[in-house]
Amino acid sequence: MSNVLGRGEKIFQVIIHIILLLLAVCAIAPIWILVTGSITSEQELILDGYSFFPKSLSLDAYIYLFRKASDILRAYGITLFITIVGTAGSLIITPMLAYPLSRKDFSGKTVIAFLVFFTMLFNGGIVPSYIMWTQIFHLKNTIWSLILPSLLMNGFNVILMKNYFAQNIPVEIIEACKIDGAGEFRIFFKMILPLSLPIMATVGLFVGIAYWNDWTNGLYYVTDTELFSLQNLLNRILQDVQFLSSSSEISAAGGSMEMPSVGIRMAISVVGILPIMVLYPFFQKYFVKGIAIGAVKG
Amino acid sequence: MSKVKTAAPRKAGKFRRQWPLWVMIIPGMLYLLINNYGPMIGLFIAFKKIDYSKGIWGSDWVGLDNFEYLFKTDAAFTMTRNTILYNLVFIVLGTILGVAVGIMLSELRKKIEVKFFQTVILLPYLLSWVICAYIGYAFLSKETGLINNFLEMLGMSAVDWYNDPGKWPFILTFVHLWKGIGYSSIIYMASIIGIDTSLYESAMVDGARKWQQIRYITLPLLKPTVIMLTIMSIGRMFYSDFGLFYQMPMNSGAVFSTTQTIDTYVYRALMQQSDIAMSSAAGFYQSIVGFILVLTANAVVRKLSPENAMF
Repeated sequence: MSNVLGRGEKIFQVIIHIILLLLAVCAIAPIWILVTGSITSEQELILDGYSFFPKSLSLDAYIYLFRKASDILRAYGITLFITIVGTAGSLIITPMLAYPLSRKDFSGKTVIAFLVFFTMLFNGGIVPSYIMWTQIFHLKNTIWSLILPSLLMNGFNVILMKNYFAQNIPVEIIEACKIDGAGEFRIFFKMILPLSLPIMATVGLFVGIAYWNDWTNGLYYVTDTELFSLQNLLNRILQDVQFLSSSSEISAAGGSMEMPSVGIRMAISVVGILPIMVLYPFFQKYFVKGIAIGAVKG
Repeated sequence: MSKVKTAAPRKAGKFRRQWPLWVMIIPGMLYLLINNYGPMIGLFIAFKKIDYSKGIWGSDWVGLDNFEYLFKTDAAFTMTRNTILYNLVFIVLGTILGVAVGIMLSELRKKIEVKFFQTVILLPYLLSWVICAYIGYAFLSKETGLINNFLEMLGMSAVDWYNDPGKWPFILTFVHLWKGIGYSSIIYMASIIGIDTSLYESAMVDGARKWQQIRYITLPLLKPTVIMLTIMSIGRMFYSDFGLFYQMPMNSGAVFSTTQTIDTYVYRALMQQSDIAMSSAAGFYQSIVGFILVLTANAVVRKLSPENAMF
């Protein structure tokens, strides 16, 4: 490629850079507001409101959060637990269903593939789901209600993995293993899975983020505040800032300090997005790839 | 081994050899059976008057009564209208913006720039709707919000955003695009990258300008992707993003007229009013019409370009 750009090309490049920069600012500004809002002094927030560049900084919101950490730590722990258990479970059952479907010689291929695919076309909706999980499985106010309903596996991820196996794992490898006397389980765990780390990373990310960000299962199935995930706690505080200060043990622990009620909303959401923001640069590659391959053949 | 085999023993032999594969699919199929097929069977409750004391199976059948009640209310019209209109606006603006940003990303010359812009523009997609509601509140709060501060600075009067239904179509559309643009632009960019570069090279030899290349090469070659994604979105027109419509207006009743969709209605009827009759009727309505729309959309794709059809 020559380095000489035509004049039109140069102008074009300048224009797309300006537009993309504007979009980037739009994407970051709201997150910036969360951060600055959390370190603005409560007085300034009440008098002047939120601003991009606060005049008076204060860490009161974080100090308050830290003192009353028990609620938040427990919610954090619950979110961590459901994310790890849910993602691990998903990464076991999804490839186990997807792999046989990718095998041309699997006798149940057509029927099973249809049963998986059909779940993407039609669903019974939330009312029967709610009644089933609460009346038949009695999940209400259990930790399982945050893990099992809807998030553990979906047809889309199964098909994503099936396509990956079918396209990236040569039949010859499987045949060679069989000739060496390896059974199907051995082939799957020792050969297929190690060869499929990229798709495992991609699906694991999709599922992990879905668990970390999920607030709907908690909204439906959890009324016991001890079982609140981080998102449910955030959701509750959004509706009622006093929820934090009214929790019993909290008022005993830090009664001397008045709650910075405006700043604390921002501080707690910063705490909520921190893990994702810290990990994002490392996983963004797999994430972007996953979106791209998912779209090509859904 | 003799060459002559009957079909039955061969099939049985295959099954005997493949039993580990059948065992492998058990956990996944069990989950789909419960999580996905269970509620499908449960759709029948829309025709019952659920009474927990009699149990789900023992409750009385009431025929179409639940639907009659539902469609007598204004709620049915409002939620259907909102769901469909928002979807239409989202499809049109989302496609235009997604394609535009996808093209711009694919025109960047440095890899590091592509990575930077992709990463940043995708950020909002990673935020939970609860966090988005907090962000929205920082902008829209009547007393402390950024927008009202700005309006007051300009000498204009503050707006009570959470009580003004007229503003919400704009707010929700903006938020939807803000959160989703990174995702859709990656999809379009992926299909632009797949375009044969020799087409552009020969166009440049012929002296085609940048916008001519986009107009006559990129856009026509993107058309199949755009059509396919659009038709798939039309298939989802009876569904809405519950988080967007529930969290962003912070559950404010004053703006239900422009923020209520079928999904938020079903939630509110079920959880806030404990009205199983209405919520199950609305849910049934959504499932069935949604299913018909998906089938229709797919039939249209199969007509237009069979290789892109889902089935």
